[in-house]
Amino acid sequence: MSSLLVRGGLVVGPSTSSVGDVLVRDGVIVDVSDTIALPPGCSEIDARGCWVGPGMVDLHAHLREPGREAAETIESGAHAGAIGGFTALVAMPNTEPALDNVALVSYVLDRGTRTPIDVAVAGAITVGRKGESLAPMAEMAALGVRLFTDDGIGVQDPSVMRRALTYARPLGVRLAQHCEDELLAAGGSMNEGALSSRLGLVGRPALAEELMVMRDIELVRLTGAPLHFLHLSTIRSLNLVDAARREGLPVTCEVAPHHLTLDETSCQGFDALFKVHPPLRAASDVEGLRVALRSGLVDAVASDHAPHAPELKDLAFDEAPAGLLGLEYSASLTFEALGGDVDPVQFFSLLSRGPARIAQLRRDDLRVRHSAHGGALVAGDDANLVVFDPNARWTASNATLHSRATNSPYDGRALVGQVRSTIAKGTLVVHEAELV
Amino acid sequence: MIASLRGENLLTLEGVSDAALLEVLDTAESFVEVNRRSIKKVPALKGKVVASIFFEESTRTRLSFETAAKRLSADVLSLAVASSSVKKGESLRDTTATIDALGIDALVMRHQSSGAALQVSRYVPHVRVINAGDGLHQHPTQGLLDAFTIRQVLSERADTTGVESGLELFKGLRVLIVGDVRHSRVARSDIVAYSTLGCEVRVAAPGTLLPANIETWPVTVVSDFDEALEWADVVGLLRLQRERGSGSFVPSLEEFTQTFGLTFARAKRLRPTTIIMHPGPMNRGVEIDSKVADLASAVITRQVTNGVPVRMAVLYLALASVRDGGGS
Amino acid sequence: MSFKNERQTPPRDLAFLAKSQLLSADDVERALRRMAHEIVERNHALEDMTVIGMQTGGVGFATRMSELLSDITSTTTSLGLLDVSFYRDDLNVNPTPRTSMTAIDDDLTDRTVILVDDVLFTGRTIRAALNALSDWGRPRSVQLAVMVDRGHRELPIRPDYVGKNLPTALDETIRATLDGVWMGTKGVS
Repeated sequence: MSSLLVRGGLVVGPSTSSVGDVLVRDGVIVDVSDTIALPPGCSEIDARGCWVGPGMVDLHAHLREPGREAAETIESGAHAGAIGGFTALVAMPNTEPALDNVALVSYVLDRGTRTPIDVAVAGAITVGRKGESLAPMAEMAALGVRLFTDDGIGVQDPSVMRRALTYARPLGVRLAQHCEDELLAAGGSMNEGALSSRLGLVGRPALAEELMVMRDIELVRLTGAPLHFLHLSTIRSLNLVDAARREGLPVTCEVAPHHLTLDETSCQGFDALFKVHPPLRAASDVEGLRVALRSGLVDAVASDHAPHAPELKDLAFDEAPAGLLGLEYSASLTFEALGGDVDPVQFFSLLSRGPARIAQLRRDDLRVRHSAHGGALVAGDDANLVVFDPNARWTASNATLHSRATNSPYDGRALVGQVRSTIAKGTLVVHEAELV
Repeated sequence: MIASLRGENLLTLEGVSDAALLEVLDTAESFVEVNRRSIKKVPALKGKVVASIFFEESTRTRLSFETAAKRLSADVLSLAVASSSVKKGESLRDTTATIDALGIDALVMRHQSSGAALQVSRYVPHVRVINAGDGLHQHPTQGLLDAFTIRQVLSERADTTGVESGLELFKGLRVLIVGDVRHSRVARSDIVAYSTLGCEVRVAAPGTLLPANIETWPVTVVSDFDEALEWADVVGLLRLQRERGSGSFVPSLEEFTQTFGLTFARAKRLRPTTIIMHPGPMNRGVEIDSKVADLASAVITRQVTNGVPVRMAVLYLALASVRDGGGS
Repeated sequence: MSFKNERQTPPRDLAFLAKSQLLSADDVERALRRMAHEIVERNHALEDMTVIGMQTGGVGFATRMSELLSDITSTTTSLGLLDVSFYRDDLNVNPTPRTSMTAIDDDLTDRTVILVDDVLFTGRTIRAALNALSDWGRPRSVQLAVMVDRGHRELPIRPDYVGKNLPTALDETIRATLDGVWMGTKGVS
């Protein structure tokens, strides 16, 4: 395999950063030092002025295959991910049919190996994501599935959720919950509040999310099983999880870039591109989430990349499906949300090391040999790297997206900070923000 | 604020200035006169094409709009989506493109989803879009015709004309809106119109039929319905939107009628001059007693009659001038 | 029927700055009287006559004209108002005018209609008025009385009674009311 020298960037470790060179050969990092002489036959990337960090890991990507290939495929999603700086994605199970058995999980894992990055799978908790009977989690876990969720919807029935946690605990896997009480949020298509009431849109109250967070924290206390909270969108939810963590409960949480950068007023034009579950919240929640992000209450930023075919997003607001594109702008939007003087260590903690700990991709997975992610950037690590230019100023454009559905609500938004290069498993897959 | 609706879409009454509302009311006054003639038709919109597309059927509103368009000599294309192959789930963009391909100048649209008219207006920027009711959001022409009807009744009593009275009669006028505010686009348009025109608006409803965060609306929620009836100059009743599931928001229709229906006994608390309004179609015996609906102070039929001149005014203003004053 | 006489003395407003006065109020009154006599001479059955003032500039003249006709003949002359906004053919290119009231109580079939306006210019307003009148029936005859004929006709229309012929340049404007007639320029603010 080829070798690659990443020259002169700020190499961001788990706690400190220093300017230096990183040499990659045969898929692993072979040297990290102040200056490395360019070996013969080795390509070189100029990373001066950029941050060099571990490849980003997305805990939350809806790759739509099988079933909705018009919106995304595993391959196109992986390409979008690579552009966004991700060297590993966790594919969500709400495909059609749902990823609730060994055959379908294997299909996605195998497809993933044909992409330049690692694609892991989150399996469904219940059969068909119906929230009724448990899916064969042990069988899927044996293939290397480490996360289970019915995302798209939360497990509504508390007895089913309790059973799932109890069952999952000895498997060494983690459940992940989409927290929204669907009875309380019934019929809702945006955040409940003064604005929804004025627009005549039925609201999804913040409480619908918070109630399920409360319930599940108590179920974690009862069962002792670890639980990851997906895309928390209110400051109260984050505070609940933080308090639980302080009590020593095995809980983790993520926030999505759109909840950090868009508020409910985006829905004023009834443009369904801004429809997402949980909904875009009040400006005070957006600000609260940003503060929480900076103060370390959040384990990961996860894209909740959820593309939909354009004709579906052209439906009326309340009829359109929820979800928006996230992979390509996650890093820039997180950079924006961190605000001002961004600490590169924290940046890579949120986008790489934090989510990597939760995703648990391993070299020894049974079905597919994934590489390790979110490492310390030392010799011997699998060479999953990203070069991020914190000074780049660019404009989001739907014309340049790599997903099948190219209808991001961020079209035209000015962005700061951009992924220059992505090196996945030792191969340069994105260079100068373009697929190689 | 929208200073005038000339050449504009009419999607919502929010953000429409009192001057723009006045212009519609005064223009409608001219059309009342046209509607009194033996030949109730003027050539103002000759050669214009007005399409009406109702994703949610409403014979009354549709007839009112189409009559208005025809009395302005516009050609009317009528698409009853509710009974055609276009069903819930078809892309609004596709449906709109199909109609637009026929060559239209204005699109009168009703849809079961809030915001649908606004969405469509983005797809056809060269067409004037008139919202004939979108979900729970707005029903702007109903708000306009309700305001028009109030001014008409009050100016007749004051022995003046609507045009001469301007906005004077609205100042401090006490309007009580009763019933299913939560699910009512009429309430949303009425409240915006009345408060913009200077009325004092109160609402009376069971808590479950009030929208979320009503404290941010320009209204006061009354605690004593009977007392509020004595206070009011105008009582605007709302249709209980049973088809939108309002049924489950109150224990029973009987209980709603007992607590917030305008029963005959309750109507006696009203001053004889208090105007009783209802946008129709009425659930007689639910939000309004049959006998109350037939009182002289109930102007429900007049609201329907006024629908035509008000919608003529809306179409005329939207179409009969060029946006940005361009053209010649 | 009587109507309030709007705009008695507006020689200076946002749209008009008077440069010179061409007729005084007395001149206007004399011209109206002369026209009234001409109307009486030409038409015999005044009980079948309706005077219709064009909104808004013709209203004052029409009101005064019907008074004069009533005085001369000792009968009451019917008076109506006509707003032709909805009959104009230039709505695509010109902003819509502010509409005002039309009030014609009679069925005009077999009546003599005296259309009264302040200034006759291109003739397009009168064309619209003729269209409009047909909605009230089929008059025996329609005659046109204007205080000022300033020329520049674009249609084959001529007045039957003229207060004053005033040849003008296209960029000049005329403002005619019962208080006098002025020439001025447009668009002063």
